[in-house]
Amino acid sequence: MTRYLTRSFVLLGLLAVPGLALAQDTVPPVEQGVRIGITYTPGMRPGMLVLGGARTALLDSVRAILRRDLDYSDQFEMITLPGGDSIVLGVSATRGGAAGPVVSATDDVFVNYSLYIALGADFSVAVLPGRDSSELAVTVYDVRGETQRGRIPLTVTDPSAPAFRLAVHRAADEVLRAATGEPGFAASRLLFIQHGTLHRIDADGAALTAVSPAGVTAFSPAWHPSGAQLVYTALASGWGRLVMHGVGTGSERTVRPTAELLNYTAAFAPDGESIAFTRSGEGGTDVYRYNLARDCCLERLTVGRFSDNLSPTFSPDGRQIAFVSNRVGLPQIYVMSVDGTGQELFAPFDYGVTGSSNAPEWSPDGMQLAFHRDVAGSPQVFVMDTRSRVVRQLTSAGRNEDPTWAPDGRHVAFISSRTGRRQIWVMDIETGRVRQLTTVGDARLPAWSPRISEPTQP
Amino acid sequence: MKFKFALTLGLGAMVVAAACGGGQPEVVMPTVDSAAIRDSIARAEAARRAREDSIARARAEEERIRRERAEAARRAAAITAEVRSMLSSVINFDFDRSDIRPGRDTDMLQQKLAILQANSALRIEITGHCDERGSDEYNMALGMRRALSAKQWLTDRGIADGRITVRSMGEEMPVDPGSNEDAWAANRRDAFGITGGGDALVKPAGM
Repeated sequence: MTRYLTRSFVLLGLLAVPGLALAQDTVPPVEQGVRIGITYTPGMRPGMLVLGGARTALLDSVRAILRRDLDYSDQFEMITLPGGDSIVLGVSATRGGAAGPVVSATDDVFVNYSLYIALGADFSVAVLPGRDSSELAVTVYDVRGETQRGRIPLTVTDPSAPAFRLAVHRAADEVLRAATGEPGFAASRLLFIQHGTLHRIDADGAALTAVSPAGVTAFSPAWHPSGAQLVYTALASGWGRLVMHGVGTGSERTVRPTAELLNYTAAFAPDGESIAFTRSGEGGTDVYRYNLARDCCLERLTVGRFSDNLSPTFSPDGRQIAFVSNRVGLPQIYVMSVDGTGQELFAPFDYGVTGSSNAPEWSPDGMQLAFHRDVAGSPQVFVMDTRSRVVRQLTSAGRNEDPTWAPDGRHVAFISSRTGRRQIWVMDIETGRVRQLTTVGDARLPAWSPRISEPTQP
Repeated sequence: MKFKFALTLGLGAMVVAAACGGGQPEVVMPTVDSAAIRDSIARAEAARRAREDSIARARAEEERIRRERAEAARRAAAITAEVRSMLSSVINFDFDRSDIRPGRDTDMLQQKLAILQANSALRIEITGHCDERGSDEYNMALGMRRALSAKQWLTDRGIADGRITVRSMGEEMPVDPGSNEDAWAANRRDAFGITGGGDALVKPAGM
């Protein structure tokens, strides 16, 4: 203990943090080799420290997943210290002189705000055993404000249980909500096509699962707003039917009027009651709408004749549909009212200069539209501010296509060939930070789910 | 039958003569005309042969007809296969285009047109395909446009609309999985398949 104290005081002296007064018995057991203040790089983002504490397989797993989720939110500067998980919450103030870390969140804890500030933290998160053996408590601290921001109960017992990861992801989203006011996207999943089979994967890259049955060539998947259902195209001999698939049950049924011709790129209206989709056949390629709730009323929204109209995406208020049309000779992004009236160019382009633009997807907050546009022969991901219609290019390395929005409206997943093979990458459009999500053989046509909040969803 | 009877009678008389021995009245041996018998046998044999020859000739004729029919069927099947092969040849397209290129591709379509004209029951489907470079979703529409282009070419020349269906597989079914100019050029295509009336096809005149 003396050694720790001496070392700690030396380190703290180096940091020269004013107002950092530690009683002797409240000094945390900083391990040898910790270099406080060296690995922390101050940035624009608030610092986040995931605290250590009692160690079990369960607690270690929860902390690791939580830490990764918070990192992937791109909202924080994650504070990484060698031996960092030995930084614990503090010691119980009620124990007086008794040394040792607090291992129960039910204790009357002393939170060592001064130390966390010294480490660069603005927020810290503790994962500790809760009131009974089946419950953990995830507590969020506002370090600068020296207050507790939230306490999220987490009922998990077995890290190998199927529902474990999703439960921790939901807790991570609540941590984010407690810290920033908005939940993240940790409890969400992506669909994509690999060699004709529909797959899904968690937003952190775990739990890769095949979704479509063997022998079906799947294409253009989309989520229902509830996250409990999805739709995809089952291709056979040049025709494609839309298949509704129950995520929990695996049940499938064909959307009635799509049993014939080639139907694809389905998108749900925000209320989940109707879908818009592309139909190709004798009459060309046009956008249609169908009321699923009433199982009726197929409406043709565009009449192409000499042009193709495809890839519809609803605005979050359900009043508009953006789509692709090549009515000027090459595909560009258009917008119309949900009844097909008022069709006009949406994303501006210079005739003869701007390349083909495809695959639009409206952001969850309605403020932006993501799409890809050919630049020097390669597709690149763009976003457009839907009010000012100012377009911004997000990518430039390799081929980058088919963007899809995360439920937080700040991350975009897309297919990139920058490493040689088509994989899903995720970009934080505020910082430009990218990470590779998949390492599969081949990935195409990603579709990001809404937040999966229902406990009944596996 | 008469001949056989005479022979039996003669032999019977000889036996009787032998059994009676000496001292008995002389028995007059019946005259056996062995030449007539041989002649009879030969005629019978000839008749039998004639019958057999007749049967063999009939069988040979039957076999010849059977062979001819088999040969005709084989020739018809070969012609059908040849016509099917001509029909299934693909036409290709330029990048991001769906217009029919004059030259080889119009020659191919001309051949298909003649086949459709010569086989009025024949119905076909045209499936458009794309290379991997365009947008995946847009390629579905582009494939359909390519199929419609070929259909339009044929219906403009008198083929009934209902005999041709159109489909698209976008970039989902490449014939060459490579990522180079040759592969892309091969993958930008219309494929032609038979949907009905294709069991026995005739070759158009002049082919």
